[in-house]
Amino acid sequence: MAIFVDQHTKVIVQGLTGGQGRYHGLRNRAYGTQVVGGVNPAKAGTDVDGIPVFASVAEAVVTTGADASFVAVPPPAAPAAILEAAAGGIRFIVCITEGIPASDEARVFNTLKRDFPNTRLLGPNCPGVISPGRCNIGITAGEIAQPPIPGKPTVGIVSRSGTLTYQALYELKLKGIGVSTCVGIGGDPVPGTSFVDCLEQFQADPETHAIWMIGEIGGTAEEEAAEFIKAHVTKPMAAYIAGVTAPAGKKMGHAGAIVSGGKGTAQGKMDALRAAGVQVGLNPTEAGELMAGIVASL
Amino acid sequence: MDLYEYQGKQYFARYGIPVSPGGPADTVDEAVAVADAAGYPVVVKAQVQVGGRGKAGGIKLAANAEEARFHAGNILGMDIKGHVVKRVWVEHASDIAKEYYASFTLDRSAKKHLLMLSAQGGVDIEEVAATDPDAIVKLHVDPVEGISSAVARQAAVDAKIDAEAIDGVADILVKLYEVFTMGDCDLAEINPLILKPTGEVHALDAKVSLDNNASFRHPEWAEFRETEELDDREKLAREKDLQYIGLDGSVGIIANGAGLAMSTLDVVNQVGGKAANFLDIGGGANADVMTAALEVINYDENVTSIFINIFGGITRGEEVAKGIVEALRRVELRAPIVIRLDGTNAEEGRQILADAGIPESKLISKPTMLEAARAAVAIANGGN
Repeated sequence: MAIFVDQHTKVIVQGLTGGQGRYHGLRNRAYGTQVVGGVNPAKAGTDVDGIPVFASVAEAVVTTGADASFVAVPPPAAPAAILEAAAGGIRFIVCITEGIPASDEARVFNTLKRDFPNTRLLGPNCPGVISPGRCNIGITAGEIAQPPIPGKPTVGIVSRSGTLTYQALYELKLKGIGVSTCVGIGGDPVPGTSFVDCLEQFQADPETHAIWMIGEIGGTAEEEAAEFIKAHVTKPMAAYIAGVTAPAGKKMGHAGAIVSGGKGTAQGKMDALRAAGVQVGLNPTEAGELMAGIVASL
Repeated sequence: MDLYEYQGKQYFARYGIPVSPGGPADTVDEAVAVADAAGYPVVVKAQVQVGGRGKAGGIKLAANAEEARFHAGNILGMDIKGHVVKRVWVEHASDIAKEYYASFTLDRSAKKHLLMLSAQGGVDIEEVAATDPDAIVKLHVDPVEGISSAVARQAAVDAKIDAEAIDGVADILVKLYEVFTMGDCDLAEINPLILKPTGEVHALDAKVSLDNNASFRHPEWAEFRETEELDDREKLAREKDLQYIGLDGSVGIIANGAGLAMSTLDVVNQVGGKAANFLDIGGGANADVMTAALEVINYDENVTSIFINIFGGITRGEEVAKGIVEALRRVELRAPIVIRLDGTNAEEGRQILADAGIPESKLISKPTMLEAARAAVAIANGGN
């Protein structure tokens, strides 16, 4: 098993006819993901390398039975694309778009919550999700992810940062540790899916034996995760928090990564996670070694 | 992007929030002209993006043109906590009966907008929050529903706003929410929001922070960019479209991805060094991007070593390596580079770097982040 996506997931790409959508959509298909369609009203009836393009999400869903969507359209169009996917019957939406205004994100999040409570949004501004060997939606390089190895413990990964997610996947691959699912929740202020959502799923997933969490400065998502871990997570965990040395008041690339008013510091997050029983590494490599130690003890 | 007070007030005025008549001035003569038009008495206020202007002598009351000239002369050019005053805002002085506080922000935890309203304005709201938390009404606003006049009115009642000011405050709250949402702000704050003896309510200050992601639908923000306080390195980085933040250490940092770049700063710090900057070159790492990044780093005279930390995902190691070799041909660097190249096809990439014939005095390759950080810090510290 895995969380959110597996070999049965059927994906459409909103923006398949654009540069990013085509590039990553075709890569995802080459990885083995069932990419069953694309959406572009102006190009309905055509195809992208054999993948049919539909006029709307609703039409694509009816025709292909798609249950997931990969949104790869520019910031001004992304909010409408996400809501169209939800209205069209998609249950899992991955939005990689970087640069969506926070007011749009907040509006989309609350609209989904009110009108489409069974639809999950991952992102925006995230690398996507990969269940290695089964399904890859987004921009992760599939070859750096180790599929689960039968008879051996597997690790679930959840991260706010893209490249640090890849780093984590790669460290586990080098150590010969399989990954059930790796989820990049993204670095924006209003992520559709939170750490807590992912931890809840990993805790319930029989295939996941340990969890690696990668956070960063800003907001209180890591502190909320620590509360949840204390109360509900029994699987062993390692964590890393980026941004110990980031100065207050400066946004570090991600719109969400900012320390303001003394809140959202890396130290506070590390303390909260340690108090919840999580092993915290001071750099990604150290966290990887802690995770390897956890896996060896299982 | 943070706005100056005068820009914030002009932004408020677009959405119908009442502010005092006044205008910005860059010279003493301009200040007097604005004062004459606004009507005496006036307040002359230093335009700097730092707290404590008043205590530093940056806000003065002037009863006539002579006093306005005197105060503007003193304030223009004044140094307030390292910020030199280049512009003042001059406005008609208001009679104040009461001072309140109002703001809208995003509550990331609740994923809703947050109104904060208090009858105790004019002071540091963090202090009120610490000493008398009940004096601040906090109300979540659903971004889909927005805030109605009735809800705004009830918030004003709950915050114990004076009876004669309730309608005025409620009206301004609805407008401030428009500034916050339609105006795409991270923060829209009025402190103080004042009640005049005549019963009118208006904004005496304006603190506005804009959401840079929304600039595509706000062409009018271009004028705000011109006055942004950036150091020369940050200006150069912006021209080259790089995510750069200047810091005060000696190890120049280039990494791909914001998380990895933050992590690189941390590791440099752990092994006893100090980063000169944060620089995220994003997912791809081709020769053009790498050249631009090295040019920005090279501009910083404090840099005595450069740490390039690249994790190849979709961008393969050999492409990254070729980009670096090409960039080194284009830029004459003042400091040596330590590179850590890892991820997809990292070994092939390292081979390309080794085969390029670049002397070790210019380029050192290390297999891990920690080893590379140690090498970069050793060079940086040895150079002091």
